[in-house]
Amino acid sequence: MKISGSEAIIKCLLEENVDLIYGYPGGAIMPFYDSLYHFQDKINHVLVRHEQGATHAAQGYSRSSGKVGVVIATSGPGATNLVTGIADAQIDSTPMVCITGQVSSNLLGSDAFQETDIIGITTPITKWNYQITKASEIASIFSKAFYIARSGRPGPVLIDITKDAQFEMTDFLYKKHKKLRSYNPKPEISDNSISDACTLINKAKKPFIIFGQGVILANAEEEFRVLMEKTGIPSAWTILGLSAVATDHPLNVGMVGMHGNYGPNVLTNECDLLIAIGMRFDDRVTGNLNHYAKQAKIIHLEIDPAEINKNVKVDVAVLGDLKNTLPKIIEKVEEKKHEKWLQKFRDLNHIEYDKVIKDDLFPKKEKITMGEVIHQINIATKGNAIIVTDVGQHQMVACRYAKFNESKSNITSGGLGTMGFALPAAIGAKMGAPKREVIAIIGDGGFQMTIQELGTIFQTGVPVKIVVLNNDFLGMVRQWQQLFFDKRYSSTEMVNPDFVAIANGYQIESERVSKRENLKESIQKMIDSPNPFFMEVVVGKEDNVFPMIPTGESVSNMRLS
Amino acid sequence: MEKKENYTVSIYTENNIGLLNRISAIFLKRHINIDTINSSPSEIEQIYRFVIVVKVSESDIKKIITQIEKQIEVIAAFFHTDQETIFQESALYKVKSKSLFEERHIQNIIKNSHAKIVTVSPEFFVIEKTGFREETEKLYKDLAPYGLLQFVRSGRISVTKEPLNITEILNEK
Ligand SMILES: Cc1ncc(C[n+]2csc(CCOP(=O)(O)OP(=O)(O)O)c2C)c(N)n1
Repeated sequence: MKISGSEAIIKCLLEENVDLIYGYPGGAIMPFYDSLYHFQDKINHVLVRHEQGATHAAQGYSRSSGKVGVVIATSGPGATNLVTGIADAQIDSTPMVCITGQVSSNLLGSDAFQETDIIGITTPITKWNYQITKASEIASIFSKAFYIARSGRPGPVLIDITKDAQFEMTDFLYKKHKKLRSYNPKPEISDNSISDACTLINKAKKPFIIFGQGVILANAEEEFRVLMEKTGIPSAWTILGLSAVATDHPLNVGMVGMHGNYGPNVLTNECDLLIAIGMRFDDRVTGNLNHYAKQAKIIHLEIDPAEINKNVKVDVAVLGDLKNTLPKIIEKVEEKKHEKWLQKFRDLNHIEYDKVIKDDLFPKKEKITMGEVIHQINIATKGNAIIVTDVGQHQMVACRYAKFNESKSNITSGGLGTMGFALPAAIGAKMGAPKREVIAIIGDGGFQMTIQELGTIFQTGVPVKIVVLNNDFLGMVRQWQQLFFDKRYSSTEMVNPDFVAIANGYQIESERVSKRENLKESIQKMIDSPNPFFMEVVVGKEDNVFPMIPTGESVSNMRLS
Repeated sequence: MEKKENYTVSIYTENNIGLLNRISAIFLKRHINIDTINSSPSEIEQIYRFVIVVKVSESDIKKIITQIEKQIEVIAAFFHTDQETIFQESALYKVKSKSLFEERHIQNIIKNSHAKIVTVSPEFFVIEKTGFREETEKLYKDLAPYGLLQFVRSGRISVTKEPLNITEILNEK
């Protein structure tokens, strides 16, 4: 029996167990939407308010559930509106399949209405992309797309489908892809690399682990914890590694990077062995590479060969899926404790506590600080919530202070630093993990980049909790202007609307907090609510995030004020 | 700064629309100028071979190669120095026929350069020369004073001295 191309697309989604997609209709994708009408009981389509929101929602969904996020949009402006989210998913290795409608194949290249070369545009920001012009291609291309998106180092894939291919009738036979001869998602593990790594680990006096999102993407949190505990090695997270192990674990010594913790940054330049696990030495992590861990031997456990020696030259590269490499290493390493060395991290973190953290979490000044909001949220949620952050000061503060007991709980735009990420990502995160509390922490600037997704929350009723930390500034940029541009606040002050009134317009229960004595109670009210909840917290206008490694500086020159 | 050198990049790929874009984007992203590029079928049926020449540092070319290999439809990518490859470029020169008959000297140039005359017509004739860049360039310089109607040079084509074992790579996967 023949079916239409658009129905074939839906059958493909069902074959891949997709029951939730984010999208926005339009001319070139209308045949698909018409077929979808008949499958509403099997596939839940969330109508976002802007296609960018669909991509971030799909990312949030993927990051909280581990599944592939699916996005659908029309040609031209619908497709170009996906670009930011695709770039974000590419740099943060998020599995996502985007489907875009395209003008009919006979019109391709003619500058037809809403024709855009989305394949050309997304080539550098996708793991793979493909334009379908015949319905008979649909089954094999979709199966390939899902396989590529989720295997190896995950990433976004885009499929562009001409309108005539959606109408065309075709036979349908779905075969799941298990391999491609030109693609090697899991590099073979070299036994030599394992034994070389273990020799270095067993010899090291001052070993130090930095773990990234690779641990989460490989579902290797348990293996990682076992390795850390067996070797007794102090371990620090990158922003995307956060929540892979409990934040309160005694061997977890904090965050590396520009606004990370003092101990792990400074001691990066004192360890004798640096073990990088599923992380990629981003410049926000390393600071000046000429002064980065030069004294240390370096081991890099990584699935993507292109990351090896890209930024930092390593002594031993252990290529492979962490789920397979970690157990091999655990087997060969000696049980150890590094009490004295660990104490050094604690000592430095104590200095940071006295100079920075105490005043952030327990401020004496009149205005509420971002840090105390996160602290109160920790208390109210007991560290069991998923925290979704946007980009800016509030993001750094949240990632520094939020407590996590469970993996896949920290969702943020790390590599691209996309303002506007958090609100739609929180919608997706909640749908990906409906039983969990999901709290979005957003700045007043970033909130207004995708504020229209309040409409999606209103329409779906998805019970996300939104906290806008309002400093009436593009805070992070203002901080740099203060520190590095002699306080010339060029275009960073924001005249903001009444956010609570806007939330009320969408019938979302809301609250504004500007006094410390109301903070705890309001947070509790927000957590207790079974519905979406919006909370604006008025924070100090010119507070800064410290500590900080200024651009171009070495990690050991971290500033505490 | 690390020394830059000419590298010949050989890339074996599946046949797919858009792959050229994907590969060139990797150079574009690093602000690297592609000196020459050539794409053709390879020794294996249905598999294509790109030959790209760029001038970069050794550490950069290594990173570029892994980033090219990471592309889904790339089977394998290699880089080689000039010493490690046998390479040639072809050039075509279109000259007014009048000059061939009026300028005796031009006939000597052609003879000495070991170039081949491909076509002669009453209006123009076409010379072909295959060789190293310096050779095709020398002929260009020699002919230029007599008026070149058109000139074109191909991208480098090259084979490596060492075996590349693509069939084995394909069988392993
Ligand atoms: C889409 C986008 N545009 C610009 C920037 C640059 N940028 C980084 S942080 C920041 C300020 C964010 O301000 P706000 O959302 O109010 O958060 P705050 O820093 O005050 O917490 C800006 C403009 C960005 N990261 N993303």
